[in-house]
Amino acid sequence: MTVIDKNLFDAVETELLRFTTAGSVDDGKSTLIGRLLVDTKGVFEDQLDAAKSVEDKKGAKGAHLALLTDGLQAEREQGITIDVAYRYFATPKRKFIIADTPGHEQYTRNMVTGASTAHLAIILIDARKGVLTQSRRHAYISRLLGIPHIVVAINKMDLVDYNEEVYDKIRQDFIDFYSKLDLAGGDVTFIPISALEGDMVVERGNKMDWYNGPTLLEKLESAPVEGKINAADFRFPVQYVSRPQTEALHDFRGYMGRIESGSVKVGDDITVLPSGLTSKVKGIVTWEGDLQEAWAPMSVTLTLEDERDISRGDMIVHTANQPRVEKEISTMLCWMHETPLQPGKKYLIKHATTTVKAMVTALVERIDVNTLEQIAAPSELKMNEIGRVSLKLLKPIACDAYADNRATGGFIVIDDFTNMTVGAGMIQ
Amino acid sequence: MTKKTLTHLQTLEAESIHIMREVVAEFRNPVMLYSIGKDSSVMLHLARKAFAPGPLPFSLLHVDTGYKFKEMYEFRDWYAKEVGAKLIVHRNEEAIAQGAHPLKLGVARCCGALKTKALLDALEAGGYDAAMGGARRDEERSRAKERIFSFRDEFGQWDPKSQRPELWDLYNCHVHEGESIRVFPISNWTEMDIWQYIKLENIPIVPLYYAKERPMVKRGNMLIPGDDPANLKEGEVAENVMCRFRTLGCSPCTGAVYSDATTIEEIVAESAIATRSERETRIIDHGSNSMEDKKKEGYF
Repeated sequence: MTVIDKNLFDAVETELLRFTTAGSVDDGKSTLIGRLLVDTKGVFEDQLDAAKSVEDKKGAKGAHLALLTDGLQAEREQGITIDVAYRYFATPKRKFIIADTPGHEQYTRNMVTGASTAHLAIILIDARKGVLTQSRRHAYISRLLGIPHIVVAINKMDLVDYNEEVYDKIRQDFIDFYSKLDLAGGDVTFIPISALEGDMVVERGNKMDWYNGPTLLEKLESAPVEGKINAADFRFPVQYVSRPQTEALHDFRGYMGRIESGSVKVGDDITVLPSGLTSKVKGIVTWEGDLQEAWAPMSVTLTLEDERDISRGDMIVHTANQPRVEKEISTMLCWMHETPLQPGKKYLIKHATTTVKAMVTALVERIDVNTLEQIAAPSELKMNEIGRVSLKLLKPIACDAYADNRATGGFIVIDDFTNMTVGAGMIQ
Repeated sequence: MTKKTLTHLQTLEAESIHIMREVVAEFRNPVMLYSIGKDSSVMLHLARKAFAPGPLPFSLLHVDTGYKFKEMYEFRDWYAKEVGAKLIVHRNEEAIAQGAHPLKLGVARCCGALKTKALLDALEAGGYDAAMGGARRDEERSRAKERIFSFRDEFGQWDPKSQRPELWDLYNCHVHEGESIRVFPISNWTEMDIWQYIKLENIPIVPLYYAKERPMVKRGNMLIPGDDPANLKEGEVAENVMCRFRTLGCSPCTGAVYSDATTIEEIVAESAIATRSERETRIIDHGSNSMEDKKKEGYF
């Protein structure tokens, strides 16, 4: 950031990329994030000094990189990452948000959380150990959550003499396993790195001339951001109905919400779901003035030609392009609470802007996140387990398959007695 | 046809607006904490955008310690009127009457009484089930772990180890009677984003953010305001220094930085090459876990 780019002044050309890092401390995940922050000047001197003073006490080389990212007292004491932490850095090309998540199996729910908003996932593999069970788990979760770009960062290359053959073998092992995933696809990039020494992270270094691909930062700066959003299907969940009823706005009735996917123009024919009422878009109202067209992920206010009974929880869509409206859904579910999910139990689900009661009618199977084996009809789904579940809803919802549309295919499960968020679902 | 993408500031803006609308739609009695600083200015501006063309559907709550800078009080009263917001000011009058001061009580106890206790009392008195605040995750490492919708028990306390998972943009707004949610609509903004946005949108900010010659005292690495004798330690003498404030808190506890940045463009440029974090000028953050500990007790 020592170069003052013109973007600093108008900020019109920088995009925002969100990525997640999966891996354990042993893989050098915290070191990698620390390296990215330090080499892009995403960390301030006083924060670096504080981390270095702890390193001096502990005496481990490079430990300050990891210490930069451990937020909670308990984490610093135990040297582990417990929860999802969010980090920020910028280059003249882009702004980045990192969802830093722990990699062990007992933190699958944290990984799922971090993955839910990411455009890109970095899967860290220790070059000395190769593709492990946890690498498979991370790849599976990344694909299950619909992350379009996957970077397999083969780390600790300094400990294997920057050997190309080691890299090639790990790459091939990963491809062999990955191609068998029924969720395979997306863009996968392999990068050999040393987070500790800095090779191929921000700087190329001079130890791996045999590698011609992008550095990690080059990949982060060039992966398309739009990939996360479905551009074809206009989906507008109504958040809030604005009726100011002031003198100047006596008859104003606007539907406030965020365009979750696709785009909308004034004059478009729309249908309101689940009721099926139809109308036309009269105006797209914003603070800056009325727009002719708006697209995801903009937050806007729509007005319609006709007065219709529309409230929070309804979804406005193009009449010619409608999602499913269903009361019974089949879904993948990641369970997130100590009290297991059981067939027959009732929960609340929050999907887009609607909250509805749901009953678990069947627990079809559990997926072993390590072997990807399917276990039919388990009796319950424990914390950090992922399974396929059938739900019956009290009221129908307008939804798409998660694989087609993250915004209208994802939902959270809330326990209506404790109010805890207990699960995350991806509609099939 | 133009490419249908958003810049990073437009993306952040859309996210913040979405969050505020969720709060108003789902909670019975939300309030917005207003601290007069630059982050509050941005948050308030986003709120006006979120609910335009209608008025703000909640009040602003300023938890006042009595030790804010004079310019802050002037700005607060002017700006609240300017935007047509209902402003509630709450102070821990009992502690203020007893002469609570950081040099007398120590920073931790003073903050505990004038900020944390005052905030908890104000939220209880108002019966609010959601309080929006302008904290950012890049400010401090325990904040990096906090949810956008952060659950607080009936004592207003944060438990970092049992936070609700937060996925996609689906926020769990369910609370029992007496419990509440602190909501941080600008969680994902960085200090740089804030300055760029203030410039882009012409958002008014307290003049203390701009460099000017001010009477200051050098204390260690810090520049402490020297215009009030009560804030000075024995032997300290104020001298005029060209400086500005990167963050604003209570005058006895907020340091300034040397700066010649008198325009917003110069502040943006200065922030871009800053090598020290903004919170370094806040005495409250120093000490190994102090922000985390304070947040557990209910601090904002």
